[in-house]
Amino acid sequence: MSNTKYTEDDLRQDLSSRKEYEFGFTTDVEYEEFPVGLNEDIIREISKRKNEPEWMTEWRLEAFRHWEKMEEPDWANVHYEKPRFQEITYYAAPKKKPELTSLDEVDPELLKTFEKLGISMDEQKRLTGVAVDVVMDSVSVATTFKDTLSELGIIFCSISEAIKEHPELVKKHIGKVVPRTDNFYAALNSAVFSDGSFCYIPKGVRCPMELSTYFRINQAGTGQFERTLLIADEGAYVSYLEGCTAPTRDENQLHAAVVELIALDNAEIKYSTVQNWYPGNEEGKGGVFNFVTKRGLAEKNAKISWTQVETGSAVTWKYPSCILKGDNSVGEFYSIAVTNNYQQADTGTKMIHIGKNTKSTIISKGISAGKSQNSYRGLVKVMPNAEGARNFSQCDSLLMGNECGAHTFPYIEIKNKTAQLEHEATTSKIGEDQLFYCNQRGIDTEKAIALIVNGFSREVLDKLPMEFAVEAKKLLEISLEGSVG
Amino acid sequence: MLTISNLHAQIEDGAEILKGINLEIKPGEVHAIMGPNGSGKSTLSSVIAGKEDYEVTQGEIDFENENLLEMGPDERAHKGIFLSFQYPVEIPGVTVTNFIKTAINETRKAQGLEEMGASEMLRLIRENAEKLGIRKDFLSRSLNEGFSGGEKKRNEIFQMMMLNPKLAILDETDSGLDIDALRIVADGVNAFKNENNAVLVITHYQRLLDYIVPDFVHVLSNGKIIKSGGKELAHELEARGYDWVIEEAAI
Repeated sequence: MSNTKYTEDDLRQDLSSRKEYEFGFTTDVEYEEFPVGLNEDIIREISKRKNEPEWMTEWRLEAFRHWEKMEEPDWANVHYEKPRFQEITYYAAPKKKPELTSLDEVDPELLKTFEKLGISMDEQKRLTGVAVDVVMDSVSVATTFKDTLSELGIIFCSISEAIKEHPELVKKHIGKVVPRTDNFYAALNSAVFSDGSFCYIPKGVRCPMELSTYFRINQAGTGQFERTLLIADEGAYVSYLEGCTAPTRDENQLHAAVVELIALDNAEIKYSTVQNWYPGNEEGKGGVFNFVTKRGLAEKNAKISWTQVETGSAVTWKYPSCILKGDNSVGEFYSIAVTNNYQQADTGTKMIHIGKNTKSTIISKGISAGKSQNSYRGLVKVMPNAEGARNFSQCDSLLMGNECGAHTFPYIEIKNKTAQLEHEATTSKIGEDQLFYCNQRGIDTEKAIALIVNGFSREVLDKLPMEFAVEAKKLLEISLEGSVG
Repeated sequence: MLTISNLHAQIEDGAEILKGINLEIKPGEVHAIMGPNGSGKSTLSSVIAGKEDYEVTQGEIDFENENLLEMGPDERAHKGIFLSFQYPVEIPGVTVTNFIKTAINETRKAQGLEEMGASEMLRLIRENAEKLGIRKDFLSRSLNEGFSGGEKKRNEIFQMMMLNPKLAILDETDSGLDIDALRIVADGVNAFKNENNAVLVITHYQRLLDYIVPDFVHVLSNGKIIKSGGKELAHELEARGYDWVIEEAAI
């Protein structure tokens, strides 16, 4: 009923009141008791509860000792009250968990949770061909399709299990791509990680289904520190999906994960993330601090591809990176980051060209609305021996309203003069003319915004596996949904 | 079908652009509005379509016995009003096909109809694209992005044919078209035209009216229709310019 002008203010208004966060419920399950705070005893206790071997306990303790000497980084373009690390519980496991061999043993409350999250652990999933590992708070509670995968020699399990069952693989690779001393959050994670996923694809095997981990923070006052280690042996291929949600809570929750990918000669890893942690409310209260270190190592002719759709979290600090060590290796980073209300995101990638003829592609799409701040930060580094290295970077920003910000911080370090780099960047705004044009064709404003945003993000959405792309598009719409209509 | 009475409209700073427009369009008719630059032609089309840059201060617009001024631009579109834009906007990453599919299905949804089936959609797209000489690769391009002037206008007419509105307003559709493109576009409009719908052509030049022959020609000057006539009026304007009409009206 609008004969009045639809102004920038109205647009901002429409965007500012989002539909309520859909995954904000909590699950009522009993938790094992665990003391608050962090010291060496706590770390020993975590390791003990998980029945870990001695070497693992020591590995954690060393990480902790490094962490104690480190300072929380503050170079990112984000502002927040630093977490009080002694007030966090570093371990939270649903009580009835112990040893799950089949889904029937899972707490029915948990199963209900999965249903609400849209994860059905049964035939339905079998049909779509996605194997799922679910990590609730810090503990892996269910992994599907283990048997089917093991016939091919693929190991897909929780990292706790891998530490027990495949210690040689874990010992050899953990901390190889992201060393314990890498950064403040990675060190913290190495000390206290409670679970996560582990995956190994043997030589020459093409993993026949998408592997997927679903992360959820449930318990109040806990941090989530999961650790993922994914190894594709020579000539192997795997596509891996990761999804995250958390309940609506007033306090900030800390999430500091580490993901390490290893692609040996001729292997290919596709890693896709849809991150929808609780972003905080419209006034910027609550929400998840998402401080994540993700990095992949590509050997000869290997390829690592990161695709991320980041719509959640109050603060995001995340740079999925590729070390292109082997000759002819390829790194890709495709990202959509949406911020609304008071969300802040500082995200991007690092492409380190070490081998000859290495190639990297960066496509980043930032969408800011409300009073949010959205930064792209990327480094392209070409080492002295990387003859013929090539990079293409494209950073596009889309702004809605006048109170949000979009920032681009591209860093380039070149030590070999044969390198070829291209960088493109654009900033645009959803215009009233675009909205009127869509309206005139019968498309209402809310749908028009979704259409324009999806169009803007298309190059990245196209990189997602099909089932995930549908979910991601829906998520984009919800994240920016206004009160129109 | 469309009745405009004593329509006054102004822009934000309060300058009045339309100063009492009266116009009646019946089904099956083709009307042309001509006039010098700055006379208010494009404002009139924008106000009918519901662009919110203009404030209507007086008068009414009825469309099939409903008050158009109470509807938002999307609702007007759902009622069957189509505007072919003089300057169509770009929407990067949204293909011509995806856009028209969304437009059709949103309109159908508003009308209480089911979404159009894929095979019917495909058939319609093929049929209309062929009529306008639109190649398949064109349909997969981002809407209006990097389109030439002619391609943009052709795409507007393509959307018109796909949406099949009751009233099509063509705002300076001839600008930026070479003679061949003009003929193709006009052929499209003529194929679309029937006894149940109507066309309002807004143009500065008479050229387009050689191909889309109007039943009525109106001269708009300084926010008012100062003269109306048949198609011969367009020829007279072409030969003599606008000044004589304006002088005549001043007497």
